[in-house]
Amino acid sequence: MAAGSTIDALGQFELHPVLGHLGEALRFSQSPLFMLIAAAIVLAFLYIGMRPAAVVPGRLQAAAEISYDFVHDLAVSTIGENGATFFPFVFALFFFILAGNYLGLLPFSFTYTSHIAVTFGLAIMVFVISILASIRFQGVGFLKHFLPAGTPVWLAPLLVPIELISFLSRPVSLSIRLFANMVAGHVLLEVFAGFTIMLAGLGAFGHVLAIAPIAINIALTALELLVGVLQAYVFAILTCIYLREAVAH
Amino acid sequence: MYRTPRLFLFAAPLAAVPGRAVAAGMPQLNFHDPLLIGQVVWGAVIFGGFYLALSRFALPRVERVLTNRRARIQSDLDVARKAKAEADRASAELLSARHEAAEQARAHVERIQSEARASADAHAAETAKRLETEIANAETRITQSREQALSSLSEIATSTTQDLVSRLIGTQDEQTVANAVTRVSA
Repeated sequence: MAAGSTIDALGQFELHPVLGHLGEALRFSQSPLFMLIAAAIVLAFLYIGMRPAAVVPGRLQAAAEISYDFVHDLAVSTIGENGATFFPFVFALFFFILAGNYLGLLPFSFTYTSHIAVTFGLAIMVFVISILASIRFQGVGFLKHFLPAGTPVWLAPLLVPIELISFLSRPVSLSIRLFANMVAGHVLLEVFAGFTIMLAGLGAFGHVLAIAPIAINIALTALELLVGVLQAYVFAILTCIYLREAVAH
Repeated sequence: MYRTPRLFLFAAPLAAVPGRAVAAGMPQLNFHDPLLIGQVVWGAVIFGGFYLALSRFALPRVERVLTNRRARIQSDLDVARKAKAEADRASAELLSARHEAAEQARAHVERIQSEARASADAHAAETAKRLETEIANAETRITQSREQALSSLSEIATSTTQDLVSRLIGTQDEQTVANAVTRVSA
């Protein structure tokens, strides 16, 4: 929060225990609290939306069905015929990240996707699942992907480490992309909000000038709405691409 | 991706402070905080529960509604297709029935026409035959009358001559007169 003439842009990412001593004992901060809220909102959206189960859907049911179809098409068209197996996982990932990104835009809320520990946890989960799927669908033979077919053997000492590094860097790039985007957006919002407060301290002239950072923040909020859904989509589609490689024969 | 300029904006103020301070300044990198690790564990639990709730209950429910709708639409389409096929068949039947009726009517008209023509022909032939017969009869009668008239002519002539002869000479020889008359009229 902005205090005096300095802007504390990173304070918003601090974790504080909720529920008093119980939260402290359980290591329960506002981050898992907002994860719970996000999961509850998505589940409630699907539950309330699908409750009419009408042949001709109303607005909320249409929205629930569109989100289902959107992720389903994404999973099946990217992963292939085994896409339906992984569809619930991709759906959970996409909406967990999307809800986290959007909840974070509300004032006084917390963005759990702005924590590298959370995004890296999600990315490692995708990484492990794609390796398990590789073993499940291709056996140990999936290791031959590290030497692309048709390469001369004498290139193997060069190519295998390159392929290995690019493979291992997947969870890193996946997690840092989401984390950095969310942190950048929220830092910018905080900085411009701080400008407004600082300008307001300059008297009548500052009051007029303070409108500018507010306008910028409005534009940034719109941008963050785009970034929030885009990053969730990128995370989901990269997961699908990794899973397609895993299930491909 | 367009995250590059935003990352730059974000990195600029951070780059101004020494690296150690950045690590200390970012709560996300304070790995000594038990809450930081706690949120990962909680996150795994919550995400696991979220995944289970979605895959067991929420998503199959949506799937069911979508499948029902697809089946309903398919069956409606089938019914509509069947109805259309029936309508097509009925229309084809109607067309063929109309065609048949027209054919029948034409055949009927032709038959009646030919019957009428035949009966008219027969009537004409009959009339012609009757007229021919009548003509033949008449001719026969005329011939008879003429013959009769011709045969009675000699008789009349003979009797007239006999009368004349008897008036003139007071006597007569029938045979002679008859011979004379025959001789003259021959």
